[in-house]
Amino acid sequence: MNALQQYIDLFDASRDVIEQQSPELLNTLRRAAREQLQDARLPRKGSEDYEATDLEAVFAHDYGVNVNRLPFDADLANTFHCDVPNMSTCLYYTSNDAFHSSATAERNIGQVVVEPFSMAAVDYPELMSAYYGKLARMSDPTVALNSLLVQDGLFIYVPDGVIAERPIQLVNIFNAALDMMVQRRLLIIVGKNASVKLLACDHTQSPDYRYLNNQVVEIVAMQGATLDFYDMEESTPLTSRVSSIYVDQHEGSNVLIDGITLINGFTRNNYHVEVNGEHAETQLLGMTIASGEQHVDSHTFISHNAPRCHSNEMFKYVLNDNAVGAFAGKILVKPNCPRVEAYQGNRNLCGAPTAKIYTKPQLEIYTDDVMCSHGSAVGQLDEEALFYMRTRGIGIDEARRLLMQAFVADVIDGVRLDALKDRLHYLVEKRFAGTLSNCASCAQACRVNQEK
Amino acid sequence: MLVIKDLQASIEDKQILKGINLTVKPGEVHAIMGPNGSGKSTLSAVLTGNPAYTVTGGSVEFYGKDLLSLSPEDRAHEGLFLSFQYPVEIPGVSMVNFMRTAMNEKRKYFGQEPLSAADFLKIMREKRTIVQLDNKLASRAVNEGFSGGEKKRNEIFQMAMLEPKLSILDETDSGLDIDALRIVANGVNTLKSKDNATIVITHYQRLLDYIKPDFVHVLYKGRIVMSAGPELALELEEKGYDWIKEQVDSQQ
Repeated sequence: MNALQQYIDLFDASRDVIEQQSPELLNTLRRAAREQLQDARLPRKGSEDYEATDLEAVFAHDYGVNVNRLPFDADLANTFHCDVPNMSTCLYYTSNDAFHSSATAERNIGQVVVEPFSMAAVDYPELMSAYYGKLARMSDPTVALNSLLVQDGLFIYVPDGVIAERPIQLVNIFNAALDMMVQRRLLIIVGKNASVKLLACDHTQSPDYRYLNNQVVEIVAMQGATLDFYDMEESTPLTSRVSSIYVDQHEGSNVLIDGITLINGFTRNNYHVEVNGEHAETQLLGMTIASGEQHVDSHTFISHNAPRCHSNEMFKYVLNDNAVGAFAGKILVKPNCPRVEAYQGNRNLCGAPTAKIYTKPQLEIYTDDVMCSHGSAVGQLDEEALFYMRTRGIGIDEARRLLMQAFVADVIDGVRLDALKDRLHYLVEKRFAGTLSNCASCAQACRVNQEK
Repeated sequence: MLVIKDLQASIEDKQILKGINLTVKPGEVHAIMGPNGSGKSTLSAVLTGNPAYTVTGGSVEFYGKDLLSLSPEDRAHEGLFLSFQYPVEIPGVSMVNFMRTAMNEKRKYFGQEPLSAADFLKIMREKRTIVQLDNKLASRAVNEGFSGGEKKRNEIFQMAMLEPKLSILDETDSGLDIDALRIVANGVNTLKSKDNATIVITHYQRLLDYIKPDFVHVLYKGRIVMSAGPELALELEEKGYDWIKEQVDSQQ
């Protein structure tokens, strides 16, 4: 059985429709993707880099694909408000994989370009053709599948020297009344000495359908550029996500990527960072809170291809019940890259004997005179601390919650957006208290609750 | 308030307490002394419900309630407090959050509304002056990076916040310099009333110069082998424990 085949067959049958609706640029890559997928297979559990995760099983379900791009909810911006209080953002929505802007999207006008590929292909043809599909590796069948089926995407461009005043927030929502797979695609270009903060959150409106987000993000940070990309998932147990983020860092750029999983079903996050210019700085952070049957697998690769760069990587997992976590992190320092500093850490808290974590740190260094380290630890809650708290009258459940919150606190504190940091502390508190629903961060839901 | 009868306890199948009898009444200060390994810290751990220890016999009544059947948190709510010999560092949990949670859990136990943030901070401000605890410490993580003296002052601060009926001070003097010892002892004395009681566990007479006991007990090999007034502490300081050990060992 080959789970990809159903989607390849669908593509072959709908090729004309798909190509007609897409910019030519996407079609060019599509043809390469089709060839790539001819003999491709999705990795099964146990294959290289997939020790704990079965992608074949994830894609095997018969998901619908919105080939004809039928609209599902025309008035999304008015029905779903997901904002971080005290944070004035420029808000955009993806309903399944169609983009909508909102009233607040106007705020950065004249500064930052945020538009669908269909427009960007006309407005910025050189940038699109120079960078679309150039970082993502088609050898990964999920990337090829995305490139095969994608009909539109979001283009975010910060011109040289522009410091975006407001963060850009992208709310991705699944809201179809059927099982569905979408190909979300982002191309982010931050120009020379430009700066932007981007928050993406994945939500699922209906807990009753199975959704799969097969996402590809390509990020180019030019010389001296600064980018924060917070990628938060707060979906449902029936939602799956396979995400691949590719980053190209030029000289002196500063990139922070933070992957946060609060509620999900199945998630595989790939991070691939190429540090190509001197004095570039990379922060790669991850926080996973998983319980029930949640599955979260993070796979990171940072390649230091230039001297005098600094990367810092920290992933933390809190796993309860039957949750499964996996982390594989590789740091590569290529030859002739002296004075690179690269640190990697993975800390895991297993709150139940049935929770599992697979962790694989890796360093590969081909230059002398570098400072690199990696550390991986798995532990349980500190019994002494629990007892200490109980002697002060703090009940065992509350004490456990405080300790789990404390465990992830430093990853949250790595967030360089104060309003989001506060919000995350709050969401995590609610998550551990078991009162976070898939729409807890949605202002609309809060308003409804207040009205009640 | 506290009646301990023939209390026996073990850890990992090793019998530590072999029949403790002790009665504490409101307003009293009891000192428990004894050589290393005699079971002093085990006694405090068993009374507060440390899950590492197993009670193998005897009973403990606290205001008529069967203390041993209560969870550690409920023992705290009922008014028992332990000042740890080695206070635990809890990175990531701020003192404010920790104390507020503790106080509100107690209020919940007694069916009271949680404290408002303003009221809580006011109480916190008042109480920390008792042990001269810096405001900065209060905003830091519980005991994290505190010096030995700060940790012990923090224990007494928590005691002041929680207003226990019975406080057990487990070697509160260890790791303290003279000034810190005086601050801690002053704190304990300030909190003392006719309604609460204190059990002071210590190796040395030194602390008892500041916190005057009404009774001094000597714990040896898991039993209280001698009880007397405060003069016993002075005698022990002078003569050591050997004479008591010999006396007890010869009786066996």
